[in-house]
Amino acid sequence: MSPDATNFGKTIMEPDKKTSKNLVEVDNLTVEFTTRNGIVQAVSDVSFHIAKGETLGIVGESGSGKSVTSYALMRILEANGMIASGDMVYGGIDLKNASNSTMREIRGREISMIFQNPRAALNPIRKVGKQLEDVMRQHGFATRQNAKAKAIELLKMVRINNPEDRYHSYPHELSGGMCQRIVIAVAIACQPRLLIADEPTTGLDVTTQKAVLDLVGELTKAQGMSTILITHDLGLASAYCDRLIVMEKGRVVESAGAADMFARPAHPYTQKLIRATPRLGADIRDLLPEDAEPRTPSEPKAPAVHPEGQPLLQVTDLVKDFPLKAPVKKLRDMFKTAKAPDDEPTVFRAVDTLNMTIDYGESVGLVGESGCGKSTTSSMVMRLLDPTSGSIVFDGVDIGAMPAKDFATSEYRSKLQMVFQDPTDSLNPRFTARQSIADPLFRLGGPEVRRDADRRVARLADMVGLPKSLLERFPHQLSGGQKARVGIARAIALDPKLLILDEPTAALDVSVQAVVLNLLLDLKDELDMSYLFVSHDLNVVRLLCEKVVVMRGGRIEETGETEALMSNPQTEYTRMLLSAIPHPPEMAA
Amino acid sequence: MAAPTSRLSTIARRLGQALPALFGVIVVTFLLTRALPGDPAAYFAGPAADAKSIAQIRESLGLDRPLPEQFLLYLKDLARGEMGNSISTGQPVAEELIRRLPASLELTFFALLLSLAIAVPMGVLAATHPGKPIDHICRFIVTAGVSLPTFFTGLALVFVFYYLLGWAPSPLGRLDFAYVSPPTVTGFYVIDALLIGDLETAWAALAQLTLPAITLALFTLAPLARMTRASMLQVLSSEFIRTARAAGLSGATVLGTYAFRNAVLPVITTLGMVFSFTLGANVLVEKVFAWPGIGSYAVEALVVSDYAAVQGFVLSMAVLFVALNLVIDILYTLIDPRIQLDD
Repeated sequence: MSPDATNFGKTIMEPDKKTSKNLVEVDNLTVEFTTRNGIVQAVSDVSFHIAKGETLGIVGESGSGKSVTSYALMRILEANGMIASGDMVYGGIDLKNASNSTMREIRGREISMIFQNPRAALNPIRKVGKQLEDVMRQHGFATRQNAKAKAIELLKMVRINNPEDRYHSYPHELSGGMCQRIVIAVAIACQPRLLIADEPTTGLDVTTQKAVLDLVGELTKAQGMSTILITHDLGLASAYCDRLIVMEKGRVVESAGAADMFARPAHPYTQKLIRATPRLGADIRDLLPEDAEPRTPSEPKAPAVHPEGQPLLQVTDLVKDFPLKAPVKKLRDMFKTAKAPDDEPTVFRAVDTLNMTIDYGESVGLVGESGCGKSTTSSMVMRLLDPTSGSIVFDGVDIGAMPAKDFATSEYRSKLQMVFQDPTDSLNPRFTARQSIADPLFRLGGPEVRRDADRRVARLADMVGLPKSLLERFPHQLSGGQKARVGIARAIALDPKLLILDEPTAALDVSVQAVVLNLLLDLKDELDMSYLFVSHDLNVVRLLCEKVVVMRGGRIEETGETEALMSNPQTEYTRMLLSAIPHPPEMAA
Repeated sequence: MAAPTSRLSTIARRLGQALPALFGVIVVTFLLTRALPGDPAAYFAGPAADAKSIAQIRESLGLDRPLPEQFLLYLKDLARGEMGNSISTGQPVAEELIRRLPASLELTFFALLLSLAIAVPMGVLAATHPGKPIDHICRFIVTAGVSLPTFFTGLALVFVFYYLLGWAPSPLGRLDFAYVSPPTVTGFYVIDALLIGDLETAWAALAQLTLPAITLALFTLAPLARMTRASMLQVLSSEFIRTARAAGLSGATVLGTYAFRNAVLPVITTLGMVFSFTLGANVLVEKVFAWPGIGSYAVEALVVSDYAAVQGFVLSMAVLFVALNLVIDILYTLIDPRIQLDD
């Protein structure tokens, strides 16, 4: 870029002090998308403003148009989207009518953005340091000579350890939290005055979420930046923002100060959102809207007679080792014969002598940060993965001794089922809802079950509250909540005794999450099941589980009754997990 | 994998893993050539020969022995690096292949370079303007290129550029009679001539090469351009491109450094496949331009049941294919840090 262009950018971007004290003013913004089914209005008549140094939260569920609003502000809408009407002014510049080259100057330099899914937001085959340099050099913030030093400085600023080494890392070599720090570094590299964070912590665990948001808060405060935080989590938004606007179906339904909004939500939609947000002191039934129709429970199964003094699942001294991969080597090392130092460990112990029990009809939460071994543990209990040593006794039988590949045809397979994290990816895209639910009946049920499959699928759909008219639809024709119901119906099709729930609501909106959690609670009683609930969200675990197991580094850190553990955590680590949960202002009772 | 092993031994192991496949190729080719109708002894003896002299020749060629014995003898020859003699030319097969392979390689390399130089920019343009006129024009060009048979485009090019315009030299082999072929270093006439500083010969060789290479390039445009377009479209819709745009990076950086480098991997895979089928299968182009390549050699050998020549050809193609795949895998690791050269 020529120096002239930079100067040009700087002069025109000097905000006009006379006109307004607001950095951004958006008036009656309407965004339309041209689709196969005609024109769809994604954002209608949205107005808001942001003062200098202010943090604005835009809250809404999926499809509310909150992300589209911010894309429109940066003019990075998809090719089929267009700003139909309204005004967007940034520091005196008319963003709606600005030329493409002016917009390119503004992006990254004046307004920048942090995205969700940080790993995908970075170029997978370019060193992260180079990606930082690209942005700085584009906007004249660094030259070829000093770019590397400046990139390392940035890495330091977002608190990355060993920035000199990390400069040479590729995104796949970094954890999700580290990738998000890099994305933040890219966003703040040219000291913009407005930072837009679009669901910046989705998919990160609570402690990383807190670290990332605290970092954003500090950096923006230090540089006097304004921030827009886009999120579906009202609790999170109110903990980090000065002011909130709530969007529903493309419209702003309410706008108020963060504390005010929690204390006196005016709009029914806001009230419903606040209600559905898991929080301290709220019962699982409190999450549902007051006017929600009570679900008609199907006939409760007669509780089976359980063997005395024997838990449903007893895990003893469970260990899982993974062989360590050889360190990544570059082509230039190709002709050198390298020998591994002998003292390097050759295995990684993901789960280390783990003991736990689940009683008949009990729900146990398995909690911990990513990488703590909770998924490995649940995969072993689910018999998808063979343990290195230890035993898994299920209903009196040591199923841990059965190789995972044979377990699929074992009679115990149907007794041990799973609900997966991503309701979309865990359904076969070529199966209708009916086929997905019937699949386990045909694979594991006897001839009697197979003959009876249609009636059973209908009953299962009833139980999970899936309208029968939706049974012939494919996954892409269903909403997130409906897909979650299909996943649950499939898992309970064969009357399992133990259901492993792997963050079943992580991908769902809060109001849908509230409904699904309640459904799971009802089904547990009706079908006399036990749950192993894997999650990083203690607030959600608390709603569903009587007992919690906290894992850290492959070991159990703490275990106990949920209420006791949460009100009086025994270890520093659990306290840290608990304090990382964003605490919204107390709701007016 | 407990201890890290060096890249070199990984490559050696990869080559080692190819040995069973190569052995399979040897067995299948051996059996197939024997199963073909046609008697090499009768061909060798000529039309005037009687049954007795044919039997004599069969004996001298070793064709009267049982198949397993013939096979073992063939393996023994291979182990010594010999592929036997061609019955139609009387020359050792290995020598002829070594002489003809560079001709085919030079033609294929040059044709693919040409094809890449056109197909990749076309694919990128089409991907950045999907549904626009430029996209349709690219689609038309590649469809036309792949639908016209190579012997037709070849003849048409000769007709226009040699017969009508007189721009191209006569389509008779690798070098005009007026020139002496340069001393063999790489076997590529253009490069060898340049190496000894003989610009005139290099130019003449290049002139001979141009028309057949264009013919072949037109035919291979389609897979390369379509794959570039599809792969670019996919990469352009990915999230890191949105990040790059949101950071205000210029269009060139977004397209080149961010999009294209990520999109190039499937193009390389396609290139490898196109290369291997063009190398052995461009018989028609070789025929039209009297190009002394291995494709026409193999077809001639096949017609007269020249066992040793056919076997030698198939085996050398198999070896080339293994080497090519290895090169592509190494290229992959150079471009994408996520991929390791593992087995």
